Amino acid sequence: MGYTFQGYQRPDGKFGARNLVAVIPSVICANDVAQAICRQVQGTICYTHHQGCCQLPSDLKRVTEVLLDLGLSPNVGAALIVSLGCEGTDHQRIYEEIRASGKPVEIIHIQELGGTSRAIQAGIDAAQALAIQISGQQRVTADISHLTMAIKCGGSDTTSGMASNCVIGYVADKLVDLGATVVFGETTEFLGGEHILARRAVGGEDGPVGRKIYEIVDRMEKRAKAVGEDMRGGQPTPGNIAGGLSSIEEKSLGAIVKSGHRPIQGVLEYTERVTDQKGLWIKDAPGREPEILTGMAATGAQVMMFSTGRGAPQGFSSMPVIKICGNPITYERMQHDMDLNAGRIITGEKSIEEVGEEAFAMLLEVLSGRMTKNEALSYFGSIDIFCLGPVI
Amino acid sequence: MNKIALKVDDRDNVATIFAEGVADGTQVEIRDKKGQREVVTVKGAVPYGHKIAVRDIQPGEHIMKYGESIGGASCPIVKGEYVHIHNMKALRGRGDL
Repeated sequence: MGYTFQGYQRPDGKFGARNLVAVIPSVICANDVAQAICRQVQGTICYTHHQGCCQLPSDLKRVTEVLLDLGLSPNVGAALIVSLGCEGTDHQRIYEEIRASGKPVEIIHIQELGGTSRAIQAGIDAAQALAIQISGQQRVTADISHLTMAIKCGGSDTTSGMASNCVIGYVADKLVDLGATVVFGETTEFLGGEHILARRAVGGEDGPVGRKIYEIVDRMEKRAKAVGEDMRGGQPTPGNIAGGLSSIEEKSLGAIVKSGHRPIQGVLEYTERVTDQKGLWIKDAPGREPEILTGMAATGAQVMMFSTGRGAPQGFSSMPVIKICGNPITYERMQHDMDLNAGRIITGEKSIEEVGEEAFAMLLEVLSGRMTKNEALSYFGSIDIFCLGPVI
Repeated sequence: MNKIALKVDDRDNVATIFAEGVADGTQVEIRDKKGQREVVTVKGAVPYGHKIAVRDIQPGEHIMKYGESIGGASCPIVKGEYVHIHNMKALRGRGDL
């Protein structure tokens, strides 16, 4: 049986699960203007981040590319770039490349327009026109193979690896078998489980993909050591430890369950987008929510499935995030944040397959327009871009 | 109904308790994936989602869950005893190993 969803077709052939006007500040200093525009104009979302100036050139390129990727996301129908004018990011490149993709896009420069209030006025006018322009677009039927699903776990406890991550693993396997794309990350949480992932790499543990998996874990471990500290105290988090996770290895072994069982096709860098890749992929990104959710939305994922045990509530403005809760006690307590109760696996009421099918059915509904809990609450204000160098 | 502890893999020497109110002396039933059951007496107050040893573990021995090492025992651990950061240590991400 073929599975489909109702999506917005984009000029590049991809299908969006949402049809949003993205207001993109090209630098932290443009955030307030971008937010003011977004507050006024319906159908807009704002990427309020903290980067874009006084950084090393490699990081400025990274920020430019992530903001560009966000604008190119299938869930974004049109974009307004809000530039200050003196920032380090290449705001003109963001504008030109989104324009080249065929999407409606505008750019405003705060300094050139004569300051905050004038930029807000010009931005509101531009965003309003974009919102009206894309508002008539209808959803059309898209095959599930057009989906890129991101997966993540956060606020984990010991139920995550034994229930909610198993559910996501079930859905991930099913999607890969249907010809879709699944991307997981959280390189920190490969520590102690990297050999299992490397053995699942296309070409085996000693092939280029297997070696790359070891390499990104090593790179991440060295970054922590370079500042003269080790990860204990930071990973597992205090909440993970209170939830029964005793070591980074235990957290990792539970975390990688969500990637399912299919072969790993390759490793994407943080700024890389999915173009025509299919199957299961890794994105080299840290585990912290603002950075990895941004990285996954930048990948072009139309949706994220997010596992939690302790109860992580946040989503992402342009990528619906479905919360699968492994802990039945947390689910009872936080029902207004959690979309699906995988705690029924822990209590023995349901099997992994049964909850997996419920999650898959919910995924199709969300892709076609049903709001997730965090989406309905607009719980997605804090985003950030993962940079490697210092602020200078 | 018995309080349950789940053992994921045959190689595991710990099981995870999914029950509230487990105190020193509480009896819990360890279940594995094959449906085998064993009742043990818990040593220590074990919160929901935390682990107990399913057999005696020597210092330096690997703590096994999911059939993989999740760290090393830092002191002798007896069957039924609460296992967490007070008696086991991570072996990864440390910088000193």
